[in-house]
Amino acid sequence: MGIFGKIAQGLKKTRDAFAKKFYSLFTGRKLDEDFYDELEGVLLSSDLGVEATDNILSEFKEECFRRRISDAEDAKDLLRSIMADTIDYDIEPYSYPLVILVAGVNGVGKTTALGKLARFFKDKGKSVVLAAADTFRAAAGEQLEVWAKRSDVRIIKHEEGSDPAAVVFDAISSAKAKGTDVVLIDTAGRLQNKKNLMNELSKINRVVEREYPQCDYRTYIVIDATTGQNALSQVEAFDEIIDMDGIILNKLDGTAKGGVVFAISAERELPVVFVGVGEQVDDLLEFNARDFIDALFE
Amino acid sequence: MGAFSGLSDRLSHIFSKLRDKGKLTELEVKGAMREVRIALLEADVNLGVVKQFVNSVSEKAVGEQVLKSLSPAQQVISIVNEELTAIMGGTSSKIAVADKPPTIILMCGLQGGGKTTMCGKLAVMLRKQGKKPMLVACDVYRPAAIKQLQVVGKSADVPVFEMGQIDPQKIMRGALKEAETKMCDTLIVDTAGRLHIDNQLMDEIAGLKRNFHPDEILLVVDSMTGQDAVNVAKAFNDVMDVTGVVLTKLDGDTRGGAALSIRAVTGKPIKFCGTGEKLSDIEVFHPDRMASRILGMGDVLTLIEKAQNAFSEEEAKEMQRKMREKSFTLDDYLAQFDKMKSMGDMSQVLGMIPGLSGKLKGQDVSVDEGKLEQNKAIILSMTKAERANPDIIKGSRKKRIASGSGTTIQDVNILLKQFTQARDMMSRMSNMGRRGFKMPF
Repeated sequence: MGIFGKIAQGLKKTRDAFAKKFYSLFTGRKLDEDFYDELEGVLLSSDLGVEATDNILSEFKEECFRRRISDAEDAKDLLRSIMADTIDYDIEPYSYPLVILVAGVNGVGKTTALGKLARFFKDKGKSVVLAAADTFRAAAGEQLEVWAKRSDVRIIKHEEGSDPAAVVFDAISSAKAKGTDVVLIDTAGRLQNKKNLMNELSKINRVVEREYPQCDYRTYIVIDATTGQNALSQVEAFDEIIDMDGIILNKLDGTAKGGVVFAISAERELPVVFVGVGEQVDDLLEFNARDFIDALFE
Repeated sequence: MGAFSGLSDRLSHIFSKLRDKGKLTELEVKGAMREVRIALLEADVNLGVVKQFVNSVSEKAVGEQVLKSLSPAQQVISIVNEELTAIMGGTSSKIAVADKPPTIILMCGLQGGGKTTMCGKLAVMLRKQGKKPMLVACDVYRPAAIKQLQVVGKSADVPVFEMGQIDPQKIMRGALKEAETKMCDTLIVDTAGRLHIDNQLMDEIAGLKRNFHPDEILLVVDSMTGQDAVNVAKAFNDVMDVTGVVLTKLDGDTRGGAALSIRAVTGKPIKFCGTGEKLSDIEVFHPDRMASRILGMGDVLTLIEKAQNAFSEEEAKEMQRKMREKSFTLDDYLAQFDKMKSMGDMSQVLGMIPGLSGKLKGQDVSVDEGKLEQNKAIILSMTKAERANPDIIKGSRKKRIASGSGTTIQDVNILLKQFTQARDMMSRMSNMGRRGFKMPF
């Protein structure tokens, strides 16, 4: 199965809800006010948010006018490319040694995403070590340990309640000593308005920057696709603390569309790098804007 | 928070513009309603619910009586407030109790909503109410979920029943037997997070409902959920016919629009909400208070309740007497630190004070817990005589206290200064309020 097929399958439910609405919207219609109103409704109820919806709609209207498109079916491809453009970024390829830190609020699936990332790099023939720096949540370390076994990679773990920065320090030392290609850091979930916890995250970040300046260091925020506009506030707060490089959009196998990434893109220009489309170990895919949009529309 | 302001701020802002005007025209109300619509959408209230809401408010707000009244803006705000409360349901609800124990509380929801933590919070709450709850580990899928529940159970000081990763039906049967021998009257059942469109897993949980007739089926929903909240809530309700909803993670800066949507779509009451990382951070959901909080009108009732939980009446009276007579000592000060901590997150508490919630946004009001601990250490390093009469603490005593508590003389000085200021202020306040003015605690 090609990458497209896999995304399309993973996004099936996402697609069903979204595509059904789009299909009825674009079939045999004239581009009148009713049409635009309905389109606005579809975009809003897909969590795109007011601003991104307005942006996309006004660009779409303008282009329709400029190209003298009056039939809805002809306009479909146009909308597709406008939407894809808003979330399409060039992402620099990884170089090794590589450190990836995942952060995010509670319950978005950080540990699971990290477990899948381990398999992703393992499959590329890279050696991987996991750093269980979520020392706060009960049994988070054990959960990561299960994932480490599934992908057969090493894990560095301290006791519950210990200093997460120390775990990261140890993981990096171990990676240096053994020449490991990839260090993946799991962190505790934290709500973005909890100042102390956010400071802790910045400490972890400093450890990586200080101890491993020669590595390719990426920081990803994990976002639950069911999250609404609060995701914007999450990105804003985490970005302020540790300059995020990208988004892992998780739980796209539900009925939520993850439309908030359009809102995030409009405000922060932060690219989506991976999407989580299921609970299996290989259900994490590299993000591709065209595929994402195609899968939504097909 | 910068550009990202909450629904309460947004509505306050909209209505402060209205407040400046003596009279409102129909057009002005319509303009305000457009902004209310945007604010609600940005708060993740479902589009359908928003439309319905805006329509019913506009209808009432453009009526003759409102426009001709003396303070039309005030009237519009109170209509919005009433409508918000109405959508979120009339009054708060309690946990049902089985005629014949044990009472079974079944928790369900998507992955990552906070079910396991909420199980622990409910257990603590019920234990405090004199019940004997037991946690049942029926999340047999997520790695280490059982371990997590065990840790939660340990800190909640309630038994946890588990049989490993086997059929939840079997676990339930085992749990019922165990409850009998351990004399537990309430079972709180943690289940695996599942997608509402995963038929197989939905069948599994429907089976638990069919065979064990839970007295409460609580749907756990992340308060940050977006437009999809209605689909999720509807699907779970269709299969499980839930008895109530629990909102989690309300301590974030979420505007909680999901609360409105879910209630409107399912008609089921929101019973509790989780408001923090600690197991004691659970509150009964009060629709009217939530509406006020969303509108930025403060939440005095919850504030007073929190204070009452922290201070008993005798303690409060004793404290008032000491304040008046200025016999307030460092020991009392120390006791207050603990009370403060048990009231919960300070920035949250301050946000409940009317008029403050809007103004506090963007300011750092978090109480540094480390600082509190440090101050406690300083006081604990003092002798009894020093605590009763801080005036005797001079140079060499300060030095001893500082080294005893692992702090510096400056730290000790700062604490003493804070204490003196607090004592003076309190004595002034309580003398001022001797007649008529009663402290809330």
